[in-house]
Amino acid sequence: MTTDAPTASAELGETVINIDRLNKWYGQFHVLKDIDLNVKRGERIVICGPSGSGKSTLIRCINRLESHQEGTITVDGIELTEDTKHINDIRREVGMVFQHFNLFPHLTVLENCTLAPIWVRKTAKKEAEEIAMRYLERVKIPEQANKYPGQLSGGQQQRVAIARSLCMNPRVMLFDEPTSALDPEMIAEVLDVMVGLAEDGMTMLCVTHEMGFARKVANRVIFMDGGQIVEQNEPEAFFNNPQNERTQLFLSQILQH
Amino acid sequence: MTDQNSQFVPIPDRPAPATTVGPVAWIRDNLFGSVSSSLTTLLFLYLFFTYVPLFIDWAILSANWTGSDRSVCDANREGACWTFIGVRLEQILFGLYFGSNPDQVWRPVTVFIVFFALLIPLMMERTPYKKWLALTLLIPFPVLFYVLIHGGSFGIPVADTTQWGGFLLTFALAFVGILFALPLGILLALGRRSDMPVIRAICVTYIEFWRGTPLITILFMASVMLPLFFPAGVEFDKVVRAMIGITLFQSAYTAEAVRGGLSAIPKGQYEAAMALGLGYWRRTAFIILPQALKISIPSIVNTFIALFKDTSLVSIIGLLDLLNMAQTASRSLEWNGYDMEGYLFAGFIFWMFCYGMSRYSQNLERKLDTDRRH
Amino acid sequence: MTQNTRIPFHRDPAVRAIAAQVVALLLVIYGLYSVFENTVNNLVARGMQTGTGFFDEVAPFKIGFSPFLDFSLGETTYLEVFFIGIQNTILIAVLGIIAATLLGFFVGVVRLSPNWLASRAALGYIEMFRNTPLLLQIMFWNFAVFLPSLPAPKNSIEMGFVYLNARGIHVPTPVVEDSTGLWIWMALLMALCIGLYRFARLAKARFEETGERLPVFWINILGFLAGGYVLYFVAGSPLGWDTPELGRFNFKGGGQLPLPMFSLWFALTVYTSAFIAENVRAGIQSVSHGQTEAAHALGLSRKDTVNLVVIPQALRVIIPPTISQYLNLTKNSSLAVAVGFEEIVALWAGITLNQTGQALIIIAMTIAVYECLSLFTSAVLNWYNRRVQLTER
Repeated sequence: MTTDAPTASAELGETVINIDRLNKWYGQFHVLKDIDLNVKRGERIVICGPSGSGKSTLIRCINRLESHQEGTITVDGIELTEDTKHINDIRREVGMVFQHFNLFPHLTVLENCTLAPIWVRKTAKKEAEEIAMRYLERVKIPEQANKYPGQLSGGQQQRVAIARSLCMNPRVMLFDEPTSALDPEMIAEVLDVMVGLAEDGMTMLCVTHEMGFARKVANRVIFMDGGQIVEQNEPEAFFNNPQNERTQLFLSQILQH
Repeated sequence: MTDQNSQFVPIPDRPAPATTVGPVAWIRDNLFGSVSSSLTTLLFLYLFFTYVPLFIDWAILSANWTGSDRSVCDANREGACWTFIGVRLEQILFGLYFGSNPDQVWRPVTVFIVFFALLIPLMMERTPYKKWLALTLLIPFPVLFYVLIHGGSFGIPVADTTQWGGFLLTFALAFVGILFALPLGILLALGRRSDMPVIRAICVTYIEFWRGTPLITILFMASVMLPLFFPAGVEFDKVVRAMIGITLFQSAYTAEAVRGGLSAIPKGQYEAAMALGLGYWRRTAFIILPQALKISIPSIVNTFIALFKDTSLVSIIGLLDLLNMAQTASRSLEWNGYDMEGYLFAGFIFWMFCYGMSRYSQNLERKLDTDRRH
Repeated sequence: MTQNTRIPFHRDPAVRAIAAQVVALLLVIYGLYSVFENTVNNLVARGMQTGTGFFDEVAPFKIGFSPFLDFSLGETTYLEVFFIGIQNTILIAVLGIIAATLLGFFVGVVRLSPNWLASRAALGYIEMFRNTPLLLQIMFWNFAVFLPSLPAPKNSIEMGFVYLNARGIHVPTPVVEDSTGLWIWMALLMALCIGLYRFARLAKARFEETGERLPVFWINILGFLAGGYVLYFVAGSPLGWDTPELGRFNFKGGGQLPLPMFSLWFALTVYTSAFIAENVRAGIQSVSHGQTEAAHALGLSRKDTVNLVVIPQALRVIIPPTISQYLNLTKNSSLAVAVGFEEIVALWAGITLNQTGQALIIIAMTIAVYECLSLFTSAVLNWYNRRVQLTER
């Protein structure tokens, strides 16, 4: 049962992502069921739920790393179909940060950041490098620019991955469990960068279990289970007064410690 | 807000849309996924239906299966002449001696039955007493092989090594190669990982020397020069010379396979064994080698596949192994001109064994991989 | 013993290590020495002499194929035969390596094709050729396929000035008619290469400045071919062609690639390509799915993802085992002896050994040739691994 989304705050802008009755199967396994989701510009959404609930699959559908079988996904007014041109247009506007960073190990940090601007946006190399340095400063690792990813710690790698996405100047950022593969002492440095992004008004969808982060920056928290959206609410109400028994159980499990 | 709990009502699973699953979707995704994929499919279907029926017709439908001499085949040249293989089967499989003494064929047949009776359970996953089976294969079986094939005792007529041939010889060369190369290779691998620089240097030189040279030059060396290396009076026949060459060659490759296994053993295992107060040889024999050998079985099998194929090189120094026997038979007066059938038959036997072994080694590798992940 | 704390020598690990090594060394030396002594005794007993004296003797047999080093019956000495053997080994190895690489990469990529039929066909190809002995394949192609199916020289298959028959392929060979013209052409070609190189540099600079891309690779290839063709006439067409012509029994003139060489090359290519295809498959699959996903998520097209992300990483996995395959191919070319192509083993360890009986020196020299090639290969491999480690870490 889906509770109504909280009325959007006045500051939020037009719709960026609209998902309408999305259904997806892996073979005969029904992973996403009747998902409806509307994301406005500047919204910061945290998606949580037990593993296997379909939350990662959902955000991977948004930039078509996974294809869906029913329903529509519209990003920035463009509907996602098989059309590779639309897919590429959308991917260029949607940044993504992965659980396992997925930096290119054969390229330096700087080259990781300039690759897409040069080859996709056709930016001049020098300009791309200036932009990259600006974002590397923003994630606080400009001094690592000429190292290879293998020489950095997990936290540093994830910050490079964020900078790499930002270099494409995306309108939306997707985060797929960005801190799950990190050692505890490195989680804070990555979350700091994400909080900074949120404060600058970036539209964000984060799959994460960092409930502190959700309380601090999200204006909506979505709980998924069994491939469906069970409950969504503003963080305050979501955490203090969960409506659904599943949500209560989940929160009690992860907040126990 | 009131504290009102709502129940979780799962949306029931629906079957996937018919267009995305099932054979039709599979064909669309895997055969006609894009324009280029569709064209590829059409090209392959065209090639398949043009050439495969031709081959099937030649090899099976129009082939000659019966008869006892070439007149049948000469009358029908549209199809393969399997008559030739049928008539010369004993010779190609067991060599000239057993080919011309049909009453003795039971000897190699018994040997192979015993061999497969030991080997097949050994390759299956849940066989009990594997260690004993393996030991039987390594020690009593070669004795049985010698007694039955060579003969000379228990009233069995002698067929000395010069009379061995066909698949029997191929088998004997490969088996002897692995039997002696395995212990030698283990020692060399241990030596190559030793802390003692002189031992290490000796082993590295030995291994790299044999690995750097093609087997055919080693076989030439073994057949031409080996008698020179030993004091006058020590004589080997050609087959034993080839066996010595093959063993030396194979030991270098086995050593490298075992070394791979040794280096995969975590340092903690060595430390734990040392902490238990075990000396070098006990540590190696009871803790390190059993693990290392298990890990290196797939690569040992791979070197063995290479060796099995390479035994065919002895035909260049004049031994009548499977390849040479098939070729000689197809060049004999009675069957001259049926080379194709001879090569295809010998090739098929080689292929069957090598493919089987490579599948076995791949499965083992996959299993080891998942074992280590858990 | 002067001190009570001193370890008894048989329990001192350092002493034991030295003792073990000394014993091992002595055993090896003794083994080598006894082999040496036996050999000398045996040689004396059989009245055989060994030495390099035969090097300068004239070889009494004909060598049919020697494209670069001159051979003439009655003049060429045994030592020259040795070098002709090396030449032919290197030649067949280079030709085989080029063809096996192209075919292997092709089959490896087809193996990973999303098309099920194509992928299965590639798998069938790999499993069939990897799992049968190379020697059998060489003989199969030579004796069961090419020899019976190709016509006698009289009825050669004609393809322009190229003739194909059961003895091999006859091709026209270039003959220098105007050596000054040839030098001019060479100089012009050099200049063309420098020009194309400058162009590539400029195009790269422009790309970095403006982000505009040019198909530099294709422009260069086309430029070289077209430019080379035009410059050939500018230099006054300095080359003539010696075309093969059918005589009474065989072709005269031109160059001949003997059938055994073709069969050997064909079999080596097919056999080795199956192994290279497996390396290519493993290399491409070693690039994790996350890498392509990350590239796609950044908006890189499929082609750019393959060129910029997958291939550079896959090559690091593909190249080392492929270099080993190159060495294997070179060693395997020694199977030429089965079909009679005149490379080092067939010429030197085969014919020359039979003629002179100098087993010791001949086998040693043959082994030395391969050991050199093998050392060279390991040097290349080490250099490559070190370079990759430098850029990775």
